[in-house]
Amino acid sequence: MTSLCQEIRERFPGQVRSVEEPVAGQFTVLLSGPDATAITRHLLTERQARLVTVFLEDRVNVEGVFYNYYVFDRPGDPAWVMLKAPIPADHPSFPSLAAEFPAVNWQEREIQDWFGLEAAGHPNPRRVALHDNWPNVHPLRKSFALDTVLPPFEGERHVYRPTHGEGVFHIPVGPVHAGIIEPGHFDFAVAGEPILYLQLRMFYTHKGTEKLFENIPIHRAVFLAESISGDSAFSHGTAFCQAIELAAGIEVPARAQFLRTILLELERIANHVSDIGAIANDVGFAIANAHSGRVREIVLGLCEILTGSRVLRGMVAIGGVRRDWRRAQIEAIGNTLEVVEREFRDLVAIVQASNSTRERLQRTGILRPEKARMLGIVGVGGRASGVDLDVRRDHPYEAYGHLRFSVPVYQAGDVRHRLLVRIDEVGESIEMVRAAIAHLPDGAHRAPAEPIPPDRCALGAVEGWRGEIVHWVRTGDGNRLERCKVKDPSINNWPAIVEAVEGNIVADFPVINKSFNLSYSGTDR
Amino acid sequence: MFKILQKTFSVGTATANYPRVAPHLAEQFRGCPEFDFAAWTDARPAADACPTGAIAVSDLDGVRQVTVDYGRCIFCGECEQASAGSAEQTSPVRMTQRFELAATDRRDLVLTAQYTLHPDGSHAALRSATSGPGAEEPGKRIEAAIQNLLGRSLAIRQVDAGSCNGCEQEIVALNNPVHDIERFGIHFVASPRHADMLLVTGPVTRNMELALRKTWAATPDPKVVVAVGACGISGGIFGTNYASLGGVDAVIPVDVYIPGCPPRPEALLHGILLALGQLRRRA
Repeated sequence: MTSLCQEIRERFPGQVRSVEEPVAGQFTVLLSGPDATAITRHLLTERQARLVTVFLEDRVNVEGVFYNYYVFDRPGDPAWVMLKAPIPADHPSFPSLAAEFPAVNWQEREIQDWFGLEAAGHPNPRRVALHDNWPNVHPLRKSFALDTVLPPFEGERHVYRPTHGEGVFHIPVGPVHAGIIEPGHFDFAVAGEPILYLQLRMFYTHKGTEKLFENIPIHRAVFLAESISGDSAFSHGTAFCQAIELAAGIEVPARAQFLRTILLELERIANHVSDIGAIANDVGFAIANAHSGRVREIVLGLCEILTGSRVLRGMVAIGGVRRDWRRAQIEAIGNTLEVVEREFRDLVAIVQASNSTRERLQRTGILRPEKARMLGIVGVGGRASGVDLDVRRDHPYEAYGHLRFSVPVYQAGDVRHRLLVRIDEVGESIEMVRAAIAHLPDGAHRAPAEPIPPDRCALGAVEGWRGEIVHWVRTGDGNRLERCKVKDPSINNWPAIVEAVEGNIVADFPVINKSFNLSYSGTDR
Repeated sequence: MFKILQKTFSVGTATANYPRVAPHLAEQFRGCPEFDFAAWTDARPAADACPTGAIAVSDLDGVRQVTVDYGRCIFCGECEQASAGSAEQTSPVRMTQRFELAATDRRDLVLTAQYTLHPDGSHAALRSATSGPGAEEPGKRIEAAIQNLLGRSLAIRQVDAGSCNGCEQEIVALNNPVHDIERFGIHFVASPRHADMLLVTGPVTRNMELALRKTWAATPDPKVVVAVGACGISGGIFGTNYASLGGVDAVIPVDVYIPGCPPRPEALLHGILLALGQLRRRA
């Protein structure tokens, strides 16, 4: 990436002020103004880079400007490049990239809502994160207090785009759904059974998480990171701890890296197993779901032995993990995995043997590879549609550099292939955990606690079971944070569902939705 | 088909028999912490370590009040670590494996202790302390109640009013063959209009307040509301802020509170059975 940064500098001489590498492998290219369009276009179209996320930081009190950060990576290169574009406080506007690169559509609108800056030229500049009844506030501005009391909720006024035509009608669904799932609103425009157009409204579970990160000490913030998306508690917790460790220069002991890796893979196994059952259930194959629920319980029982919590809470810590494992616990992993592997094989055989299930899943909810790339889809949903991304391989962290594994990628992009990605990944994960136990180093499970130095920035990234999780932090005085940006893979992937449901029948929506299984809380924060 | 039947027979019965039989807990499982108030000479390190403010210390006129709120506790164990003295001493804070903590009165989840304050900031002798959450035993008594009242049928509508999805995972687990809530005649329904009970997770966000009120209004009487998890009870680690109203009872009346982060399935079952007792009184 050094050469790429050099190239940006030479090609866009007036636009680049400096290039820094505050953390090894994390380059920051400071621009001279708010316009990142030309450099972004160059990186994406000429250099095969990918725009990972876009977010803003309010530095008005300290430096008199806002900074927009555009994070990129490139195939075959473990480094990250961040364009850092200053936006003057007295002219709070930046050129929108959404028309050219739709992947940033929601994220730019989030910047508008949270900070009150204008994404100039955005094709759909309506609010995304703040619902329509919110007063004109911008909660992530430093001048906005966390405990600000807003006038009470008055009701929804959001106007969905009308869809016209003979026999066309709308089906509103949510935010309280029929199943035990998180809240969001779906507005289906249908003609008979097929879905013409799906509109989404998210952020029902917005609970001020990023603002709260700026208001609590870092040792408490680890637990907040575990509560971003409760099914990915360990992945989000680890991404957060990584960001802090890199910012503060904390060396995580090798043993802790292996313990984290094992737990990250157990989180993946537990969630993939339950998704496989839930997908089968959504096409009426209840017996597969029953077995999947049983296998999941076996995995959660192991998680409890290893961390004291069925869902891996209260384990990850800045500098490592909170508790080391005794021999009996490590032996439990190998023994349990044997059972899990056997039971999982039977579960897969039952699912695969069902022709009617295959019929329902095949060619249902197709997301084409070119669309997936254009929309910036990541994780399971991406890999089923030809998007060959996996943070574990592309930006190795913890013990992944020591483990061999393959990343399943399919091109068909239907529900069935999202199921197959999960099936393959469970197999890979079981082998990875086994290899990690076999090579588990001795030594400390946690680096000694030290104060976190202020004004350091770093990015942490983890391939959660759902996909790419990114946390970016700037540390502050007194073991606190100035900013913590959280990017759950779900924020990238909602447009995939909109795309995949088109032309499918309404009755298939639940299984299409489940095949992506996105996190509402991770999206809404 | 043969394969499915073969598998079904080879697995046999997967269902655990809680509450008749105590659940199998790993020895590492963390339930709620327990406090030896008389031996606790300084609660400040624990209060500082607590991520949710479940342990709070306030000093007034030479008296220190220490408050422990199980409705905020996430069972992380940091208080035990922070209070551990030298190896010979036992810690005044000890993690237990207790998880049957559901209460019908929010105040039952809060303990307080008052101490005389030393000039150096530590406490002196304990002046008074309240007792822990009353273990409300539902068990078989309430199993019988379900049969009497509802003809072996209780319909639950689950409402996520802003949760992180942690509680939802464990609620979903109630439907798996191991926990199998249907063995009590309890089932989850798709509409509040079909429900006897609302099982609500939190914190209640500003954006979900109206939906929660409408859901409650759509549920026919008699009904009970169960608040699930630290966030459902108190707002948990999110507390109250510009986007969070805190616990479920900030918006609708709550009959039973189930602590945990998330509560394990047996803890949920314990709380749901307890709430059935409430429903019986109301009917």
